Amino acid sequence: MKISFTLNGKQTGVDVSADRKVVEVLREELMLTGTKEGCGAGECGACTILVDGRARLSCLMTAAQIEGRSITTIEGLSQNGGGMHPVQEAFIENGAVQCGFCTPGMVLSAVDLLDKNSDPTREQIREGLSGNLCRCSGYVKIVDAVEAAALQIRREKAR
Amino acid sequence: MREVILPGSLEELWRLLSDRPQARVYAGGTDLLVRMYKGLLDPEALICLDRIEELKGVGEQDGCVRIGSCATYGRLVEEPLVRCLPALRKAIGQIGSPLVRNMGTIGGNICTASPAGDTLPPLYAMEAEVELLSREGSRRAPIREFITGPGATCLKRAEILSAVWVKKPQEYNVHHFEKVGLRNALACSVVTMAALLRLGPGGMVEKAAFAWGSVAPTVFSCPEAQEALSGKPLSAASLSRAADLVRNVVRPISDVRADADYRRAVAGNLLLRLLDVAYERKG
Repeated sequence: MKISFTLNGKQTGVDVSADRKVVEVLREELMLTGTKEGCGAGECGACTILVDGRARLSCLMTAAQIEGRSITTIEGLSQNGGGMHPVQEAFIENGAVQCGFCTPGMVLSAVDLLDKNSDPTREQIREGLSGNLCRCSGYVKIVDAVEAAALQIRREKAR
Repeated sequence: MREVILPGSLEELWRLLSDRPQARVYAGGTDLLVRMYKGLLDPEALICLDRIEELKGVGEQDGCVRIGSCATYGRLVEEPLVRCLPALRKAIGQIGSPLVRNMGTIGGNICTASPAGDTLPPLYAMEAEVELLSREGSRRAPIREFITGPGATCLKRAEILSAVWVKKPQEYNVHHFEKVGLRNALACSVVTMAALLRLGPGGMVEKAAFAWGSVAPTVFSCPEAQEALSGKPLSAASLSRAADLVRNVVRPISDVRADADYRRAVAGNLLLRLLDVAYERKG
């Protein structure tokens, strides 16, 4: 089945089985390996992508479902090919990365959260990221990073 | 290769359902696709309801809230009309994770008919009705008749669940839902309880409706416990008696999450919490 959609801002077409997992299409057909597959059952969040701006699980979507949609993966998050997204910068500055496997999903869930609420409490951050598991259990620094990113985003808006 | 079709309208859906009677219908995919990708299901074709806007609306009619079956949990938590249904709203807010809530739908939770489906106890306690739609027309059925067993409903071939109707529970002044799971997020329920109470002067229970999840093959109601409390003041003693009745009649199973005795104990214990819940309400 031919599927066309917007991937990280660019019109894209692939020819894949309609029932193929979106995470496999991204990793194996389009070679975008930033999106990870952990559990394959919606319980770990490693496969998180943005679909029309909202965080979703790419392990629980069929390829057919992304027809006509706009997909953002971790590779496309840097703005217009320029600098990194404030959430990415904050993850680096706060040492919020250990093995890195959960990081793309964490970052994209945080982007969705901050898009809806640019001034979350730490509890709201924990709740917003509760679908993304970090098995290194480095959650404190991840929450620190999202808090710092929120501050940065608010500062940029205020300018 | 398996076909996956996303009809854009109900007209198109009816055509597909009659052309492909073996196709499985899904909405969010958070249950069905897990099972399919694990190899537990092998449907000939899939029909995804995600693009049918007519199935996503939430409205108000005749004192009821009508919730479109394909409204996602995430959308429903934000929806002002769902604030009139506090027990349901509380249940929805605890399902899975934000990611699961961005995808999963209330209609999917009902049709999956899991004994652990988190929207089901509040829907049973509020005596919700499902709206079933086919090319021939629509019919309505009480949710407790629609769900016939674990994973089983009386949905007919070429019929879909189009909406759920919930009468605004204005006769109650305590609206409670509690979920016991093994962790705070991404937890399949060990026991859940929805409880609605009308408390009169002196804390007198004038009306009560309870429903439990994960303690029987389908959502469990306990008219004995409701009657035992009605007409009595809400107290530790009256709740304790009702809790004993509940523990005597639930039919839980043992599984990887909990054993039957634990579920039986918790099903009663959740009732005891109503004293705190009611006092909190009085502020």
